[in-house]
Parts: sequence; structure tokens; C-alpha cells
Amino acid sequence: MAKIVIMGGGVSGHTAASFLNKWLGKEHEVIVVTPNSQWNWIPSNIWVGVGEMSKEDVVFPLAPVYEKVGIDYRQAKAISIHPEGKQDDDAPYITIEYTNQEKAGQKDEITYDYLINATGPKLNFDATPGLGNGQGQMGEHTVSVCTADHAIHANHELEKCIEKMKAGERQKFLIGTGHGMCTCQGAAFEYIFNIEHKLKERDVRDMADITYISNESFLGDFGMGGIHFNMGGYATSSKVFAESLYTERGMDWIIGAHVNKVEAGKAHYELLDGSTGEQEFDFAMLIPPFAGVGLKVYAKDGSDITDTIIAPNGFMKVDADYTAKPYEEWRASDWPKTLQNQTYKNMFAIGIAFAPPHLISKPMQSPNGTAINPTPPRTGMPSAMMGKAVAQSIVDMIKGAEEPTHTASMSEMGAACVASAGKGLFSGTAAAMTVYPIVPDFEKYPGVGRDMNGTSGELGLAAHWVKHILHHLFLWKAKLKPGWTLIPE
Amino acid sequence: MATEHVSHIKPYSPQFGVMIPLGFQKFLRTCVIYQLFRFIAINIRMTVLILKSHH
Ligand SMILES: Cc1cc2nc3c(=O)[nH]c(=O)nc-3n(C[C@H](O)[C@H](O)[C@H](O)COP(=O)(O)OP(=O)(O)OC[C@H]3O[C@@H](n4cnc5c(N)ncnc54)[C@H](O)[C@@H]3O)c2cc1C
Repeated sequence: MAKIVIMGGGVSGHTAASFLNKWLGKEHEVIVVTPNSQWNWIPSNIWVGVGEMSKEDVVFPLAPVYEKVGIDYRQAKAISIHPEGKQDDDAPYITIEYTNQEKAGQKDEITYDYLINATGPKLNFDATPGLGNGQGQMGEHTVSVCTADHAIHANHELEKCIEKMKAGERQKFLIGTGHGMCTCQGAAFEYIFNIEHKLKERDVRDMADITYISNESFLGDFGMGGIHFNMGGYATSSKVFAESLYTERGMDWIIGAHVNKVEAGKAHYELLDGSTGEQEFDFAMLIPPFAGVGLKVYAKDGSDITDTIIAPNGFMKVDADYTAKPYEEWRASDWPKTLQNQTYKNMFAIGIAFAPPHLISKPMQSPNGTAINPTPPRTGMPSAMMGKAVAQSIVDMIKGAEEPTHTASMSEMGAACVASAGKGLFSGTAAAMTVYPIVPDFEKYPGVGRDMNGTSGELGLAAHWVKHILHHLFLWKAKLKPGWTLIPE
Repeated sequence: MATEHVSHIKPYSPQFGVMIPLGFQKFLRTCVIYQLFRFIAINIRMTVLILKSHH
């Protein structure tokens, strides 16, 4: 009997656990260690953040789902990994700390045959003074939509602004990234459109100044070095696409910005040209930079070997080419395929938890030496695909395969992104974007790095319907309801 | 009037050099019949993408 432990029950970890459990049956043990009792379909937090959905619409309790299918669920956070076991016992194990009410703070050890790290990001608010509260949480000056609770708070603050505008007070909105090294611009992009839509719906749009601030060197970079869409027979840069969307809606943008300090009602920033500026706001949603969750790794003798397994940004090293090299020498093949750690072959990292070999966007810094560039996005679709591919590999390895049998490289897979603007079935529109591959492959697709047959973008009701359907489909799938395997990742 | 769609643009502002949709484009975005066709097209596109991405 093999024991597979999955640290993190988010998009990628839950996918891996569900497939492992389905394919391995009762003979083997699948254990999920994750600190939250509720699963959150994070993309729909955007709608919670503008009051179009409640928290209950986007979360569900994990325990009954895992109980139904026989997955061993520990509501706990993983603290450390001991891939060589301990002095008197070779069995690798992890240490965990329970987070549920009954056992809160209690520590435990879980041995494993295979380990999947799917711990996602630490929301590193404290990287920017004033964005965090100095204790690892979001500060008091801004809002976020990264968790369902954050999104509820964001909507609450939004309502306050709407009331003020109704009373005749102009309001300034600032949406974007809260640091020069942020990723997840897509979330900020989607949120700003939903805010704008909401303000129109509530008849206060003319009382609002809406500004986007981002570490992207051009609007529409998205941390992917931009995308060329096949639009109306033209290879059209996402810069054109994004600038058009903002302009149509009368929204301004500040681009190439590292937000270096946030105070009540004011964000300070440095731009790529080295100049500095301030932007006042009444409402600000600034995405924090992401880091790894701080797992420690120890050798058999108890010595700390974290640095050999975990990259400086806190993410786990896998089968990527981590050799430092200039942008011009980056290759699609640098990106990991099997997501297997190369030191301990029974260990994998998927979703946001794996360490990318380098950025996707061209590295940039201001004349003052401040790095201002988006870090690579690892969105829902690739995260789930990695979960499934690693699950398939582990199943095959349990059955005797020497090496992982399945791959999920971001340079060989596409992503679909649907960014909504409003939620009404006939009033909301959305931007539907497909990109293939996620990491541009300039050898295979010279020029723009992407397959022009697989890369597209359009705006309209249809994309909005797709977004609605995806919300329900993915929650259905995550709840492991009948037919869940038929729903693609 | 097509000009209503561009009346908020200030000459020589960053928005001045941008592609701006006019009435017909905007109409198509919410024209249910046209969007039904687009819905089918987007679904096909995404299915192809998913099939290409699984290894
Ligand atoms: C507001 C927002 C909107 C988004 N919209 C989209 C979208 O429209 N489309 C899209 O494709 N992607 C979207 N994304 C990105 C998407 O949510 C992520 O790509 C995806 O969640 C990554 O999956 P993951 O499994 O790596 O991480 P997560 O889903 O974050 O899961 C990580 C899990 O690990 C747990 N964990 C943390 N620390 C530990 C620990 N020490 N031990 C054990 N478990 C731990 C966490 O509690 C969490 O459950 C959005 C993200 C945000 C923030």
C-alpha cells in the first residue's frame, strides 16, 4: 500500500488528490493536509468583491466531500518536510500543525511514499510597507480579493464609496499591483472592470476617477510578456486590446510601477524610468506579491537543507533549468515538465508552489536598481493540469514506472482566461482570451512566440456566459459530484 | 452618432493613440444572436486548447 500526502487543498492539490483517490482506489492512502475548512473557487471572489455573489456561492466545506470519497483530510498546515526520515527511521515524513478548533496548535507527523507540494502562495502583503499590517496580514489602507473574506471586506468598502458618491462626493479608485514583483495582474484587470461596471449600474460612474496601477511594462503584459491575439485577421498585441478596453471605459493607467509604500489614502510608487510619484485614493485594491509558504526541509541528521530544495522565493525546485541566464537565452525547454523534485524523486510541486526557472516577461529595473517586472502567472487551468499529470505519474510509479510518465509544462500547454465585467446574463460582458502556449516558444513560433491559431481574444456576452458556466462547472467538479471527471481542467 | 464613443478622449493623451470601438462593434458585443455563434466558437476554441494541452 502506498501513502500519498498532498500539502495544500486548493486548485492544484484538490485536483491531484481527487484523481489519485479515484485511480488508486481503497488499496492506497491519499491524505490531504490543508489549513482551511472550506474550498474556495478563487476566480469568483471577484464577483464577491462587487457584491454580485456571497461567500457561500464561492466556497464549500471540504470535510464532507473528502469523507464521501474516502480521502483522509487533515485540517492543518504543513510546517516541514523530512525527505530522508529521522535517525532511527528511514520513512520520509512531514510535520503539520492542526488549524481546526478541536486540535488547534497541536503538532503531528505524517509519513509518506509520495509527497505533493500544492501549497500555493503566501500573500506577502508585508513586502510593501503599509500594504501589510507588519504581521503578515493585509493592512488597513487597502482591500484585496485574494480570499473570499477579503472580497467581502472589499465590497463593504466599495459600498461606502458608492454612498459617498451618491451624496455628491467624488471618489478615487486605484486598482492594480502593490509591488514591483507581483503576479496575478489578471485578477486586478478583472476587478477594475467589475468595479467600473458596478459604478455604472449604480449611476455613480461620473463621480469616480478610476486608475489602474501595475508593474507590467505595458498594459496587457499579464506577466506573460504580452500576447498576440488573432483578432479580425490581425495579429494584435494584448497592449492594443487592453488599452482599448481601458480607454473605452475612461480609465487611466500607470504602468511600470513599483508601489513602495502605502499610507491612508495614498500610494507611493517608483516607475521604470526612475521617477517617483504618488497616487491618492479613496478605495484601493492592490494585489500583494506572492511568495512560497515558508516550508522548511531537513535532512536525516536534522540539518536544514531548505536551500537545496526551496528556491529563494520560497517555491519548490522541480525539473526546471534554474541556470541563471539572460533573457535572450531563455528557452521554452527551461520550464519543468514532470514537476518532480530532482533531489528527492518522490516529491513533486504543482500550481503556484513550484519554482519557475525565470520570469516570462522581460526582466526590467529602474535606474535605481529596483526590479519592476511581473512574475510568472500560474493560473487555474495550468495548476489543475499539473495536478492531474502528477497524479497520473504517481499512479504509474506506484505500478512500477521508474520515472514520471506524464508532463504538464507551461511551455507546452495553453490557458484560457475569461475576465468578466459585470454579472447580469444580458448586461455583463467579458473578455475571453486563449493563449497557446503559456510560456512563449520563440523557436517553435518565431516572432511572437505563440501559435496564432490557438491565441485569441474577444469581448462580449458569449464570453460572459462561458464565465458563468465555468463557475458552476468547476464548483460541481470540485465537489466531486456525479460526472466530475468529464469536466476538463 | 459615432463621435459619442470617442468624445471623452483628450488629444495627445495616452488614450489618443488607442483603438476605440464604435457603435456597431459595441452592438455586436451584446447582440444575443451574434453572441450565440460566438459562444459556440469560444467553446470550440477552448476545447481544442484543452486537447492540445494534455500530454
Ligand atoms: C482574485 C483572483 C482571481 C483569479 N482569477 C482567476 C481566473 O479567472 N482564472 C484562472 O485560471 N486563475 C485565476 N486566479 C488564479 C488561481 O486562483 C490560481 O492559479 C490557483 O488558485 C492556483 O492553484 P494552487 O493550487 O497553486 O494554489 P491555491 O489554489 O491557492 O491553493 C493552495 C492551498 O494550499 C493551502 N496552504 C497554504 N499553506 C499551506 C501549508 N503550509 N500547508 C498545507 N496547505 C497550505 C492553502 O490554504 C490553499 O488551500 C485568480 C486568483 C486570484 C487571487
